[in-house]
Amino acid sequence: MNALFNQIQSAWQWLSAAAHWQGPDGIPTRLLEHLEYSAFALFFAILVALPLGLFVGHSGRGGFIVASLANSLRALPTLGLVVLAAVLSTGDPTVPVLIPVALLAVAPILVNTYEGIRQVDPDLRDAAAGMGMNPWQVLLRAEIPVALPLILLGLRTAAIQVVATATVAAYAGLGGLGRYAIDGLAVSDYPQVVGGAVIVVLLAVVVQLLFVALRRLVLSPGLRNSHDRS
Amino acid sequence: MSGGEPLIRWDWIGSHAGYLAGLAGRHLYLSLIPVVFGLIVSVPLGIACTRWRWVYPPVLTSANVLYSIPSLALFLLFIPYTGLFSDLTLIIPLTLYTLSVLVPNVVDGLRQVSAPVSQAATAMGFGRLRQLLQVELPIAVPVVIAGVRIATVSSISLVSVGQLIGNGGLGVLFTDGQQRIFPTEVIVGIALTVVLAFAADAVLVTVQRLLTPWARTGRAAA
Amino acid sequence: MSRLITFDGVTKRYPDGTVALDDVSLECATGEITVFVGTSGGGKTTALRTINRMVEPTSGRVLIDGRSVLGSKPAELRRGVGYVIQQAGLFPHRTIVDNIATVPRLLGWDKKKARARSYELMERVGLDPAMGTRYPYQLSGGQQQRVGVARALAADPPIMLMDEPFSAVDPVVRAELQGEFLRLQSELHKTIVFVTHDIDEAIKLGDRIAVFQTGGRLVQVDTPEKLLAHPADEFVSGFVGRDRGIRRLSFVPAAELPLRSDVVLPETASVADARATGEPWVLAVDGTRRPLGWARAEDLPDSGALAGLRLTDPGRTFQVGADSVRTVLDAVILSPSGLAIGVDSGGGVVGVTGHRELADTITAT
Repeated sequence: MNALFNQIQSAWQWLSAAAHWQGPDGIPTRLLEHLEYSAFALFFAILVALPLGLFVGHSGRGGFIVASLANSLRALPTLGLVVLAAVLSTGDPTVPVLIPVALLAVAPILVNTYEGIRQVDPDLRDAAAGMGMNPWQVLLRAEIPVALPLILLGLRTAAIQVVATATVAAYAGLGGLGRYAIDGLAVSDYPQVVGGAVIVVLLAVVVQLLFVALRRLVLSPGLRNSHDRS
Repeated sequence: MSGGEPLIRWDWIGSHAGYLAGLAGRHLYLSLIPVVFGLIVSVPLGIACTRWRWVYPPVLTSANVLYSIPSLALFLLFIPYTGLFSDLTLIIPLTLYTLSVLVPNVVDGLRQVSAPVSQAATAMGFGRLRQLLQVELPIAVPVVIAGVRIATVSSISLVSVGQLIGNGGLGVLFTDGQQRIFPTEVIVGIALTVVLAFAADAVLVTVQRLLTPWARTGRAAA
Repeated sequence: MSRLITFDGVTKRYPDGTVALDDVSLECATGEITVFVGTSGGGKTTALRTINRMVEPTSGRVLIDGRSVLGSKPAELRRGVGYVIQQAGLFPHRTIVDNIATVPRLLGWDKKKARARSYELMERVGLDPAMGTRYPYQLSGGQQQRVGVARALAADPPIMLMDEPFSAVDPVVRAELQGEFLRLQSELHKTIVFVTHDIDEAIKLGDRIAVFQTGGRLVQVDTPEKLLAHPADEFVSGFVGRDRGIRRLSFVPAAELPLRSDVVLPETASVADARATGEPWVLAVDGTRRPLGWARAEDLPDSGALAGLRLTDPGRTFQVGADSVRTVLDAVILSPSGLAIGVDSGGGVVGVTGHRELADTITAT
């Protein structure tokens, strides 16, 4: 209990110190950096994974490849990939390091989008086509809305993962919130390490909550009952 | 990286085979112990969640929150309690992660037992415990193993992050490769991690086949 | 508005060699309900799906009013053909109103007009308009099926394709839906193709019935009456069932039965009058000739009028001008006197009929 108290106290002292809230190493700057990197990586992951997942789910072709690909991506070690990107690059490592960060977010989006579309009731697809929807309309007006709970779950998982990987990527030279941990560990400044960790945890929780809110906002009440696990 | 340097120096791998094997062994130890602990905790917890329905929502929410906490942050927060270089600093957080996957899978697996099967078991005179051990758990096995597979692969890929707090199995190849700007070491580390993950996964698939012969015949009939 | 559908030598063969339709030719007449019936794998659903190009035939043509369906784009064709399937296939993410408005919206109607139409249709199919803002999961199976029918009717298509629309609901609800479906059709006169595996449903709903056999062969197309009277082969007679003789009676009007009125007495008649008939049972009627009940000769007191007696409930009656001999047979079997009471449209007793009259009529048909 004592250790917990000390930990909270030292983290709080570090977080509440005015000096840590300004300048290029200040919390607002690092947080903004972290958000920027995360958004960038997530954007590219979505760009690749969402259309691919939609296509494979809709056409039913290549499902096995998607499953195996996602499994392989899950097995890749984050730290190894970001370090490899940094070691192979010359100059500013920021963009090269963000590539594996985005790559690792591909799996959850791909798998959940694919599964979501695949699980759409065949009767529903049949009814949609039978009423005169063309294939695009079937996808946009029937399949995607019904698959939305799983697609959102995939996006949420990917977003949380990106926030986490971007933290680890600080070791390979990326800015953002991970810097506090890496730099703090290097000089044994534990209040900074713990303070940084606390901010990262808070950010992850906020992202999680944002997705809960997004789900409330965009999901049809007719679908609220499905996929309760998410 | 200097111009003449090849991407992979095969001779380095040859001359460090013993060292790499040792790291791989340690990596497996650090990543599998949490899965074992996770199973030991999640099976009774999952059973509790199905017996008393009110237990499940808070457990599920905790699992979701846990899952969303970045691994590095969780490792760091454990340092003051378990120490910088201790195995526990890695094993406890990794165990918590496996719970976020395993508990929902155990619950789903147990709930999978259809009402007719459960009623038939009761009608044949199965007691509650016997029904759990001889009907519900065996039927849940495939779903639970699916969870164990995900937890194992994630655990193996996560352990190397532990190197940032001084203890990460194959992760040392990444930090060392970074400091020496030596791609071979990093690539070997990645490759070995993936090989371990796939091998563990293959073992688990075999275990599932052995444990659930009925699923095999079912597939053959279909 | 209504259309004629023609199958001209339609064959559907899948790449794996299975034949779903084998040289099928038939006409589904304008404004009629044609029921496709048969065993599973008989090709009835495949046949239905060639009409809106959900399935493309390997050879042969499907024509609507003499024009091949291949002449229009599938999506456009389908917007003009109502489609109802088992389990309704409702969009879970859309409210009931928006589900019904699907085709009008696809056709480019504005939202307000499409919604107004939805509410109109909800009333038409017997749904409370207050349900309009609910979602499909909040409705019972029967209600969902009504929404499915309303959705298919939304753009007022001249043709309706219905693939086992009522088979997922319980028998009571099914009977209710069938009744309302017939009422709707009597107002709308659509050209309807209806697929079912249930021969009773086919007989109840069909103007004409097409029987499909495994392998996609069309065995017989006839009115329900002729199908029961003269099944084309073993398969059809097996399919229509052992009790097809009794089912046939559904198509013999009760008006063909001779009626007796010697046992029908006004309530003012005396016990002596009742005895004078020499019959074991007499029926007492009131001043407007409505049936009051049966009196058994053995149990009659020595004197008094029928009005003062405790009578046995008259039970089920049949309407002479409307009901079939099958209803009469049922009434005869259930009647305490062994006689069925025939009434006119106002409920007044016309006469009674019994086993002998039934037997004579059945033998004659």
